[in-house]
Amino acid sequence: MDINDLRGLSTLFMLVTFIGLVIWAYGRKQKKPFDDAANLPFADREAAERTRSEVLDRE
Amino acid sequence: MATERIETLPITYNYKVVRQFAIMTVVWGIVGMGIGVWIAAQLAWPALNFDLPWTSFGRLRPLHTNAVIFAFGGSALFATSYYVVQRTCQARLLSDRLAAFTFWGWQAVIVAAAITLPMGITSSKEYAELEWPIDVLLAIVWIVYAVVFFGTIIRRQVEHIYVANWFFGAFIVTVAILHIVNSAALPVSMTKSYSAYAGAVDAMVQWWYGHNAVGFFLTAGFLGMMYYFVPKQAERPVYSYRLSIVHFWALISIYIWAGPHHLHYTALPDWAQSLGMVMSLILLAPSWGGMINGIMTLSGAWDKLKDDPILRFLVVSLSFYGMSTFEGPMMAIKTVNSLSHYTDWTIGHVHSGALGWVAMISIGSLYHLIPKLFGKEQMYSVALINLHFWMSTIGTVLYIASMWVNGIMQGLMWRAYNEDGTLTYTFVESLVASHPGYVVRMIGGLIFFSGMLVMAYNVWMTTRRDVLIAIPKSETVVATV
Repeated sequence: MDINDLRGLSTLFMLVTFIGLVIWAYGRKQKKPFDDAANLPFADREAAERTRSEVLDRE
Repeated sequence: MATERIETLPITYNYKVVRQFAIMTVVWGIVGMGIGVWIAAQLAWPALNFDLPWTSFGRLRPLHTNAVIFAFGGSALFATSYYVVQRTCQARLLSDRLAAFTFWGWQAVIVAAAITLPMGITSSKEYAELEWPIDVLLAIVWIVYAVVFFGTIIRRQVEHIYVANWFFGAFIVTVAILHIVNSAALPVSMTKSYSAYAGAVDAMVQWWYGHNAVGFFLTAGFLGMMYYFVPKQAERPVYSYRLSIVHFWALISIYIWAGPHHLHYTALPDWAQSLGMVMSLILLAPSWGGMINGIMTLSGAWDKLKDDPILRFLVVSLSFYGMSTFEGPMMAIKTVNSLSHYTDWTIGHVHSGALGWVAMISIGSLYHLIPKLFGKEQMYSVALINLHFWMSTIGTVLYIASMWVNGIMQGLMWRAYNEDGTLTYTFVESLVASHPGYVVRMIGGLIFFSGMLVMAYNVWMTTRRDVLIAIPKSETVVATV
């Protein structure tokens, strides 16, 4: 066992991590939270309206 | 708890700092691109350097790159990241004062660059030319930026951190590391320092910085922009949130290795060059993941492109992104690089990314953003946005096409040998052959630059309080905030 085994293992580790990430991201359990997250740009109407009237009132 | 806080303290967003950065984006865009046109003209007609040291190409070129990347691109990133982080976290910026400090600090860095670079004060590291006192100021401003940005994320009223903020966050953290490591130097006076690194290590650190400035400043940051403004302008959520997560982690873990492709056939060890090449090739996958995700967001709503020039800006920028992230890995292949390196092809490649992707996504985002920042329904003139779109597209195409022709021609002329082993062409013959391309490039740049002037007028009219913006009657106005 020398340093090159460690290098090989680190590549394997990255591959497993990546595959794990893909399985996690495409898992059924994440569907709902991800759908919610994807709609965040459309979820802040109130605060945006408030800021808008603040902008129009300035000075 | 979260709902209680909303009831007791109705939050508003800090649009002031966003407004300041947004306006300065247009201003620095005009300045930086104007200098770009000037030095492009110098390459076609060298007398335009006026025989003065301060206006020579060698001093103005870093001024151009700093102005467009850090002043124009940087201001656009500050504006959009401050806007997006507030709106998707439903929280006001951590501190108005610290945010104001980042604005004035960033402008101070830009002004210092504009003074020192023409004077010839430079560390001579490409895209990191600023001398150490300015580097220190930049580091401080950047750390405060990180505090404001991540502080705002911590204050968020929603559970999830929206994907745009992941990209902005990666951009802020990585640029801090890159800047501080690469700028490490031993000062010998206020205006002179020596790099902490030497020889091939210095070169490798420089291009680890240089390529990740591309990867994190010019890519991750602007992908953050894309992930908010494309869905928002198209009025539909991003095509695949899952893909956004996978390509985020893939992109940031692979980009960091691609730097050695800037040092093919140099003193850098051969294995490091090959590593850089392979990592650059793999990079195609996550880059295209982002492009596909952005473009497919319009799937089922392609008709919107027909009458929305803002969306056209955003989608065409993604097309240029896809094109240059295909071209990049190809140029990183060592055999291709032996033809393309040191030729104008490289400059064409950079501008396909810089004009086509970075500038056009910023311009599209600003056209979405500016009316909202000033409480208007839309920009003063949609027709002028459309004009600007065509000017930008035609300008970019002229620029990159002329540089492809020049680059491949130069590469072929430089490597042409006679039977007896002597060079077929002298260097100056390749220079003469490049002249028409330099003129076309200057014209392309001039058209792109003129588009920014159209934008400035449109922005000015949008911000004026005494100008009412007429909305066509046919449109049903749903105040999209």
